[in-house]
Amino acid sequence: MNAILTGTFKVKVGLAEMLKGGVIMDVTSADQAKIAEQAGAVAVMALERVPADIRKEGGVARMADPQKIIEIMEAVSIPVMAKVRIGHFVEAQILEALGVDFIDESEVLTPADEEYHINKHQFKVPFVCGARDLGEALRRITEGAAMLRTKGEAGTGNVVEAVRHMRKIQSEIKRLTTLGEEELVAESKKLGAPYELVKYVHDNGKLPVPNFAAGGIATPADAALMMQLGAESVFVGSGIFKSEDPEKRARAIVEAVTFYNDPEVLARVSKGLGEPMRGIDVTKLSSDELLQTRGW
Amino acid sequence: MRIGILGIQGDFDLHRKKLEEAGVEYRIVKKAEELEGIDGIIFPGGESTTITKILKRYELDKTLREKISGGFPVFATCAGIIMLASKFEGREEEVNSLGVLDVKIHRNAYGRQRESFEVPLKVTLGSDEVEITGVFIRAPKIVEVGKDVEVLGTFEGSPVLIRQGRILAMTFHPELSEGIEIYKFFENLVKERVSNV
Repeated sequence: MNAILTGTFKVKVGLAEMLKGGVIMDVTSADQAKIAEQAGAVAVMALERVPADIRKEGGVARMADPQKIIEIMEAVSIPVMAKVRIGHFVEAQILEALGVDFIDESEVLTPADEEYHINKHQFKVPFVCGARDLGEALRRITEGAAMLRTKGEAGTGNVVEAVRHMRKIQSEIKRLTTLGEEELVAESKKLGAPYELVKYVHDNGKLPVPNFAAGGIATPADAALMMQLGAESVFVGSGIFKSEDPEKRARAIVEAVTFYNDPEVLARVSKGLGEPMRGIDVTKLSSDELLQTRGW
Repeated sequence: MRIGILGIQGDFDLHRKKLEEAGVEYRIVKKAEELEGIDGIIFPGGESTTITKILKRYELDKTLREKISGGFPVFATCAGIIMLASKFEGREEEVNSLGVLDVKIHRNAYGRQRESFEVPLKVTLGSDEVEITGVFIRAPKIVEVGKDVEVLGTFEGSPVLIRQGRILAMTFHPELSEGIEIYKFFENLVKERVSNV
């Protein structure tokens, strides 16, 4: 009898690899999920409310109703992701029981634990987590994350924070590769991340899991910008279904990610998409309105 | 000799690394004109619904169908085999496949990601029997094969590696595990064709 292994790190990262070069779209209903799939999304994120509405309406933001997640899973054949609160491992157990394909332990929802993130090794379903810098990214991988994404500032339609986080992580990776081996232990202490992962990044010049962009992406140009900065895929949250013509915009962003290095395609797909989501100037947000500072 | 890697979406960069390891020249292909001057193509893993939609929008589907029907070598993994297949079980309306491979496919047949797995496999490559690790990610199952399809490897009784002429197709991901034997086997299929033409 062959030894069949499920839920291994290779199998988890495997799905993250398959999602590269694609767009993962936030959806709040089965109808939206179908529109996303038709547009060419590689996966959908099943949500109760998109980040822009969470921001507006306030209150505690939690995992979506399982009924809604099931409806979305039944509506499409592409992978379905869903969010849990930081540290809320029971919400994660519920999503795993539902058969969700990827779990986002997300700062967009209200954190349930202010000290500990979920021990993601205990799950067969892979996790994605947000990060603003290399130390945070490596801590999440230590806990078992199979994919990372920038945090950006979700629900703002403003890409500036995602750019900041992607640039920060990339430049910290580059810097690590220039260090001598003898500097790595001290660096590991400084980053607050285990030596083995610091050594991996030093040797390979990249993270051991795919790194995607998220938080504030609203246009095809935003998506291509993140890809050119080194993102391997793009999450679009409020940017699609809070715009004037979601179907058209969704298709355009999908094509912009495939042809992110081709300005002629980008020019063509960016034409006549109607109003994008309005957006918020991030500098006008007070510190307690920022979502990116959740998690550590 | 140069092999193209379809770079619309998916883990095409991992296939690129395998070709580099095998010492084969390659080119990432996103548009129809980039098919010129390549001798075979890899269809990577990814989301078949996404890839087939863009193939159609950018009119690569017609050119690819013609070329492959004329004997152009293809190496297809997971989503790749779905893109080639002629018949589907269930939700077939969602995939706009090229229909050049005489198999019937059941998509996501093993379940959702929770059920994705890795398992040691024995496959036959020419006169060699090779042991490899089969990584199956939300994998499809080949439920029927046509008379011109040769089965080179099975798992639990279903074909997982098949060959139809110069199409080499598999439901697992050799790009996610160690070894380049399958790539070397494909390189030979391409070489054969290049020297015949």
